[in-house]
Amino acid sequence: MTWSLLLHALEQGFVFGIMALGVYLTFQVLNFPDLTVDGSFPLGAAITAKIIFAGGDPFLAIIWAIVGGILAGGLTAFFHTRLKFTNLLSGILTMTLLYSVNLRIMGRSNIPLLGKVTILNVIRTWLPQFTLDQLTPILFLLVVLLVKFLLDYFLATEIGMAIRATGDNEQMIRSLGVDTRITKIIGLCLSNGLVALSGSLFAQYSGFADVGMGIGTIVAGLASVIIGRSIVRNMGNIGWMTISVIVGSIIYRTTVMIALRYGYRLGFQPGDLKLISVILVVMALTFPLFRGRIKAIITSNGANGTEGK
Amino acid sequence: MLQLIDIYKCFAKGTSHETEALRGINLSILEGDFVTIIGSNGAGKSTLLNIIAGTVLPDRGKVKIDQEDLSNKAEHYRARYIGRVFQDPLMGTAPSMTIEENLALAIKRYGRGLNLGLNKQRREYFRKILAQLELGLEAMLTKKVSLLSGGQRQALTIVMATMFQPKILLLDEHTASLDPEISKKIQLITQEIITEKKLTTIMVTHNMQEALRYGNRTIMMDRGRIILDVSGKKRENITIDYLLKQFSKLRKEEYIEDELVLA
Repeated sequence: MTWSLLLHALEQGFVFGIMALGVYLTFQVLNFPDLTVDGSFPLGAAITAKIIFAGGDPFLAIIWAIVGGILAGGLTAFFHTRLKFTNLLSGILTMTLLYSVNLRIMGRSNIPLLGKVTILNVIRTWLPQFTLDQLTPILFLLVVLLVKFLLDYFLATEIGMAIRATGDNEQMIRSLGVDTRITKIIGLCLSNGLVALSGSLFAQYSGFADVGMGIGTIVAGLASVIIGRSIVRNMGNIGWMTISVIVGSIIYRTTVMIALRYGYRLGFQPGDLKLISVILVVMALTFPLFRGRIKAIITSNGANGTEGK
Repeated sequence: MLQLIDIYKCFAKGTSHETEALRGINLSILEGDFVTIIGSNGAGKSTLLNIIAGTVLPDRGKVKIDQEDLSNKAEHYRARYIGRVFQDPLMGTAPSMTIEENLALAIKRYGRGLNLGLNKQRREYFRKILAQLELGLEAMLTKKVSLLSGGQRQALTIVMATMFQPKILLLDEHTASLDPEISKKIQLITQEIITEKKLTTIMVTHNMQEALRYGNRTIMMDRGRIILDVSGKKRENITIDYLLKQFSKLRKEEYIEDELVLA
């Protein structure tokens, strides 16, 4: 494996790590399987591409992307908390309608950003002594760490704790005076805001926005959360959990990169990527089961090998 | 003061499973009262607590606390007046959060903000109140609640339910699913807290001895109605035998009713 391949895997691991933190917030913390992300990721990219293509400020583009993501999450929350749709259906509806919204925003199915002013170019002009290859991973690392620490802090606040309790024991937290509709709205808005931020950065990094780029976002996010979870054992601590999600994202991107780069030797084609990502998720999900079984065989006490959640 | 006015509740109306859980409940509970409620399964005891807490809304009737009409208020709003301990120890705590985090959830009943849920001062306070339980929980603040036994979880729930001086404390057979030794200990802790904080309490129990030993007023329910309501001198003279007789008398009436229908 070459150095540049690893570097790209890191960069992507950081950028998609922001998305994975959003998925962690809904799936793990709020216990809400939110499929909106398949739409809010390209939404962030679409808004960003539209603004940057028209010559707008790339930082402003990021802000608007986040606002768009928050609104998307809010719509899913509206479907679920006010119209009483199931959590899955609520996400699917928003995700589907966002496809049309994204097309409307972009006006076509693909916007290239080559030669346009992205945040990477802007920061490069501030620090001319560094190359883009040096700046990109550092910038993305700083952003994902900033998001991580802000999220850690938020989840330790009174509101953040109420959101965690909503995912853990909804009846209990209601009897302690929390309107769980509100906590779900906050969680979904925040999550999709992060996913759209990730989409915005990815569009600027990869130099395009495409209406189909969101397909499988949720699987990649889940893969990161699950891979991270099977690595880091200390589940109680939020700080460790969010770190593990980022590490999971890096591992996932590295694996995907390797599969893309060397997969042809096994007969894989680029189009098989989504299949590979699903296989990765299945493997990551069943890994703890196998680990338990192997342990049981080694210690030969026939104990039930399944581990707690 | 808690007032229930003409409460009706019917589940699964219009189906073959239709159950009239509550049929015209009128009840006033004064501040400082400690009411125990007994009754057989399906008498409507739990539904009554659910209606007070707002988990279930009645088909008809009003719920008032200190003259404020709460009939249309959601459960989370009523939480500012009501502390609650459920029968199932799993229901009162968040399992994947730590003991101190659970306690932090219970400090405020409204107006939560962006302050950190935990700080040195709060931890100190938690340690102090947990030490009073004498269960060793004060040394386990950062342990996840899922690691606790049923008794420990229930003790924690009681502390959480009463931390924010509630106007009404609802206990729904909160020691019934624990083994006898721990059940006694939890009941002891409960009584200490109620006495210390002078809490207005409604305790549902299926243990008649407990129903008469604790509190100052006892209510017996049957098929959605209050059929016995005793307090003061009259209650002191009541024995378990008497309660049992009431029960069997009811069963006989029911039997006769059935006979009439079948005849």
